[in-house]
Amino acid sequence: MQAFSYVSARTLSEAADILAREGDQAKCLSGGTDLIVFLREGRRSAKVVVDVKGIPELNQLSYSPKEGLTIGAAVPLHRIYDDAQVNEHYPGLIDAATLIGGIAIQGRATLGGNVCTASPAGDSIPILIAYETTCIVASRSVTKAIPLEKFFVGPGRTALQPGELLVALKLPPPTPNSGAAYLRFTPRNEMDIAVASAGVVVVLDEDKMRFVGARIALGAVAPTPLFVPEAGAALAGQPVSDEAIEAAAQAAQAAARPITDMRGSAEQRKHLSYVMTKRALLKAIERARGGA
Amino acid sequence: MSNKVPVTATINDEEKSFLCEPRQSLLEVLRDVLNLTGAKEGCNNGNCGACAVIMNGVLVNSCLVLGVEANGATITTIEGITPKEGLHPLQQKFLEDAALQCGICTPGFIVAAKALLDKNPSPTEHEVRYWLAGNLCRCTGYDKIVRAVLDAAAIMRAEKQTA
Repeated sequence: MQAFSYVSARTLSEAADILAREGDQAKCLSGGTDLIVFLREGRRSAKVVVDVKGIPELNQLSYSPKEGLTIGAAVPLHRIYDDAQVNEHYPGLIDAATLIGGIAIQGRATLGGNVCTASPAGDSIPILIAYETTCIVASRSVTKAIPLEKFFVGPGRTALQPGELLVALKLPPPTPNSGAAYLRFTPRNEMDIAVASAGVVVVLDEDKMRFVGARIALGAVAPTPLFVPEAGAALAGQPVSDEAIEAAAQAAQAAARPITDMRGSAEQRKHLSYVMTKRALLKAIERARGGA
Repeated sequence: MSNKVPVTATINDEEKSFLCEPRQSLLEVLRDVLNLTGAKEGCNNGNCGACAVIMNGVLVNSCLVLGVEANGATITTIEGITPKEGLHPLQQKFLEDAALQCGICTPGFIVAAKALLDKNPSPTEHEVRYWLAGNLCRCTGYDKIVRAVLDAAAIMRAEKQTA
């Protein structure tokens, strides 16, 4: 592997100073399950690797009914899916966190890293977009909030500017009568990369017979994770019915603009956008109605 | 050029200090610096689990950890799972149940299974298979491995009851 120096940063300002000085030759290390592979394979280069796991703001995992969920960018997946509050309030996030890699990957990998790697197929991203996640980004001089669906600018590229790092992901508190689900299609059950995926959050009315609204996002069918507001709009105000779900799934399929690669053809991915959206909606509705 | 960095970690219940380059993985440090060659390099990119170790109570692939990250950590390798005398029930059952052929994946499987049984002493077959999905074996077809883990779990539960 290429040579670099290593700093275990203890404070946000220490990390931000190094990033300001070294620009894109400084790389943030949290779980390392992507970064170490990228450095080893020469897909990224670094003069200095800044370990951000020791920074308190990047390690927080907290929930309150008023503030919602804050996930520090360096919190590993196993902490997220072992957390009772996340299990209770964000089951769609559990779907994704338990799908990424195997157990040894989940011991290290982070949602912050999954977001910053910015793979179109990143398994946590569609459901995080559906949950209306905001990225808290900091540099030496500013802290700002970026809606997650605006964070991706291309495959492997994010809105982070030189000198900036992702501090945390913030999810609003779940709306009453809401449900969520993430589903992906892979040839193998575990340890695989999505051919196509869908993350959805639905909000139903009090009787749970009508959609108040929905947010739907797709993975692996565009150069970036894809937010499809028109698919959610197809549900708003509609009764919970096969027709409404069909219309949303068709809107998702229409929005998908996939490529053909070793994992699947564009045609298959188009079709899967429809199928995954439909199934994820059914699961999310079941959860909104009190099912597991 | 990077200079070597001093690192101190508790490895298999012993405090160890060593020097390593920041670019060296924990796997390289274990094998080449500390001469703990039980953890194996398979894929070196996190797919195969042959390098699995337990770090601060969490199962990790040591090829995806930098040696310098081990500073202050507690690490258990396959060498630390083996008792001073005899074999760990997992090792014993892997032998008895013929859960290995070439053996290169075996340390990773046993470390991963140990981490599972530490957390869940009575896993179902499904739970064992799910937990071990990050370990690849190209010889056995997994069935005997899963059986060995379930058999070892039963023995460990029985030992705990009589203890």
